[in-house]
Amino acid sequence: MAKAFPFSAIVGQDAMKQAMILTAIDPTIGGVLVFGDRGTGKSTAVRALAGLLPQIEVVDGCPINSASPGDVPDWAELGSKKLRKRPTPVVDLPLGVSQDRVTGALDIERALSRGEKAFEPGLLAQANRGYLYIDEVNLLEDHIVDLLLDVAQSGENVVERDGLSIRHAARFVLVGSGNPEEGDLRPQLLDRFGLSVEVTSPTNMADRVEVIRRRDSFDRDPEGFAKRWARAESGVRKKIVAAREAIKTLDAGTEVLEDCARLCIALGSDGLRGELTLLRAARALAAYDGAKAISKAHVSAVAPLALSHRLRRDPLDDAGSATRVERVLADVFA
Amino acid sequence: MNTPWTRFLTALDLVARAPHLGGMVLTMRPGPAWDAALAAIEAAFPEIRRWPASLSLRDLSGGLDSVATLAEGRAVYSTGLLARGHPILIPSAERLDPQAAALIAQAMDAGTAPPLFLIDEAAEAEETLAPALLDRLPFWCDLSELSLRDLTGHAAAPDPGAPVQDPATTLTVSALRFGIPGLRAPTQALAAAHALNDMPTDTDVTMAAQLVLAPRATQLPAPEDEDSPQPEPQQQTSDDAEGQNRGQDIPLDDLVIEAVAAVLPDLLKNAPLKPNGARGGKGFSGSGSRRRGNRRGRPLPAQQGALDGQARIDLVATLRAAVPWQKMRRAQFPDRQGVILLPRDIHVQRMEERSDRVLVFTVDASGSSAMARLGEVKGAVELVLAQAYARRDHVALIAFRRDGAEMLLPPTRSLVQAKRRLASLPGGGGTPLAAGIEAGMRQAVSARARGLTPQVILLTDGRGNIAIDGSANRQQAADDAVRMARSIAQSDIDALVIDTGARPQRQLADLAHDMGAPYVPLPRARAGQISDILTGAR
Repeated sequence: MAKAFPFSAIVGQDAMKQAMILTAIDPTIGGVLVFGDRGTGKSTAVRALAGLLPQIEVVDGCPINSASPGDVPDWAELGSKKLRKRPTPVVDLPLGVSQDRVTGALDIERALSRGEKAFEPGLLAQANRGYLYIDEVNLLEDHIVDLLLDVAQSGENVVERDGLSIRHAARFVLVGSGNPEEGDLRPQLLDRFGLSVEVTSPTNMADRVEVIRRRDSFDRDPEGFAKRWARAESGVRKKIVAAREAIKTLDAGTEVLEDCARLCIALGSDGLRGELTLLRAARALAAYDGAKAISKAHVSAVAPLALSHRLRRDPLDDAGSATRVERVLADVFA
Repeated sequence: MNTPWTRFLTALDLVARAPHLGGMVLTMRPGPAWDAALAAIEAAFPEIRRWPASLSLRDLSGGLDSVATLAEGRAVYSTGLLARGHPILIPSAERLDPQAAALIAQAMDAGTAPPLFLIDEAAEAEETLAPALLDRLPFWCDLSELSLRDLTGHAAAPDPGAPVQDPATTLTVSALRFGIPGLRAPTQALAAAHALNDMPTDTDVTMAAQLVLAPRATQLPAPEDEDSPQPEPQQQTSDDAEGQNRGQDIPLDDLVIEAVAAVLPDLLKNAPLKPNGARGGKGFSGSGSRRRGNRRGRPLPAQQGALDGQARIDLVATLRAAVPWQKMRRAQFPDRQGVILLPRDIHVQRMEERSDRVLVFTVDASGSSAMARLGEVKGAVELVLAQAYARRDHVALIAFRRDGAEMLLPPTRSLVQAKRRLASLPGGGGTPLAAGIEAGMRQAVSARARGLTPQVILLTDGRGNIAIDGSANRQQAADDAVRMARSIAQSDIDALVIDTGARPQRQLADLAHDMGAPYVPLPRARAGQISDILTGAR
């Protein structure tokens, strides 16, 4: 695999970068959906995230990246109790992947050669405690989408097939990207993403030239380029680690909760997931900024990210959903 | 010498020297140019493998090789075609499955894909290459117009002159002025310039721009720029200072822009330019319309069956069927090792398939009420699309007025695309009802050929007064309309006639009867009502 482009070297696209950092601080926000035209750096940002995230501690050899030996499932038949550090897993879910590859299935090799019934873990196991990235998520096949929805909600992967009966933890942050011109996303899956971002190409000439220049110098010398950006990368990483600690102590005042609720009511977003995500995202942002408390500014900064994909679709309103959120923001917080 | 053919050779040379560029798209049909181009590609890449466009995902990504696994009694995995590292040539690449295309695009992003040559042989406007691949392949060469005597010349050589200061800015500025919104194109052009010459000169940068930017151009640089003595790109407003600082580059910008304009397809130069995103000379259809209809499948229980080369074997079910008999078979075939499988054990996978529906709206855009009606239909199209996911509907829109019918929206499932295309709707003029029905039928037949289930929805408030040949003959027009209506019935296409006139008209009801279609009088049709009827009509 080629070296990833450094996250901090991505020009502009602040909303997308911010959304990804927020989920890195608080995984319970529940994933990011990045929608936009081709060539806007969607996939680049996701792959860059892998290099940015701090390492996690796992039981050596555990197929589901368990944090402690007690969590290692029986079927893994793991003897070792050694802990080791590894980069946060970012697992690519390719389109056209088969169901057994996602959930895991009977280990055919062992079944055929040794006549044993054993479980071969799939991508969901690998993605536990990390990220699951789906490029072109709007082209994903229905039955895989159903399966992901189910697992994302329960945090557990249940395999009942081929005479196997296995369950294991599968908590991951879903990151999806796609181009809305190639088809829309199913509402149920849309709702499952905590934050959504629409990206466009930068319109500013200086930014455009800078993008091209950085990409070119990265392509010509990936190692050197990564080295030049190493400082910036570790700066962001440190801030994320500090913010992860800080969110534990940041309490939301009644006022902030009311603000969130008022926004969601005004926008008519379905369900309560909107409020929850809004609150968590605002808290993560406050922590990242090193603020002592969550303020109105934090809530309104993350509102477009957290709410724009939860609006009732009104096909006759030509304004983009992010614009609608901002309109309501201006009303509610006036 | 700089012709389409030498530019193709140059691009080929660049891919050979710098495989990380990705590859190229060739637009051509079998003929002398085809033979010569393939010969040139094979000479540059002796290792090249030809793939059919009907590749399955399993072929691409590899997986368990069921035949070898059964033969050897242990799991044998096949390497995916992508991982084998041979350069790849895919003829008829417009037929590539969108998912397969996405998989290839992922491999290209990861830097693991070999050089790729796609041949685009599209005959119809709605057949286009997967946008994800088009965007990632830097070079698009159109060789479809070349004849035998055009096939001379050599690839461009690096220019030994003085290197230019800032090729990145030049190429970015040029890309914007030719209306290329994405940033991949200028990145690719810069990479191509560097591949051509490590320290690119103005000639190299120009060549790179001609190769990468020209085929992607959607507009000519604004004409007022040509008049002003020191042209400044329009989009540069926010960044004037920088533009002026780089005063010495501006001649190079002009040079590049002129050179790119010189090789633009004539179509772009003569035709009025399409407002947004339309690629030169090609229909713009997202993958929504091109996907094969029966593409989704939910797995059903496996079934005993024979391997006919089409069905996929369900390995586990097959083994399970074989297991109880092993002891008896072992006695029967004492010299055989491993699991003993007999043909009757073979179980094949079954998928439940459902066809997508295409709603072909055929709308009367004539007369005074046209604007209101078109507006409501636009609303209905968007409402249908907003729920398209649940209903598996594609939507197409044809308007007829004056002397013919016009396709306003090719079949799509994308709300975003529909909104863009429906932003302006023309109206007014006579009523060529027959031409409208014919266009709707054509679209329906072509959709059915692609495995979709078409349904034609005709909205009109009047009688036809324009015959199919464009003449204003009321009697002829009525006869033509009836004839077309009957051929819809004969082609067994589902249809629906919505009468938006102030009071129901006998003639339209008769026409609906000829069409074998339900007739719904709906004065002042509202978007919501239309969409509700369509849900019911399902």
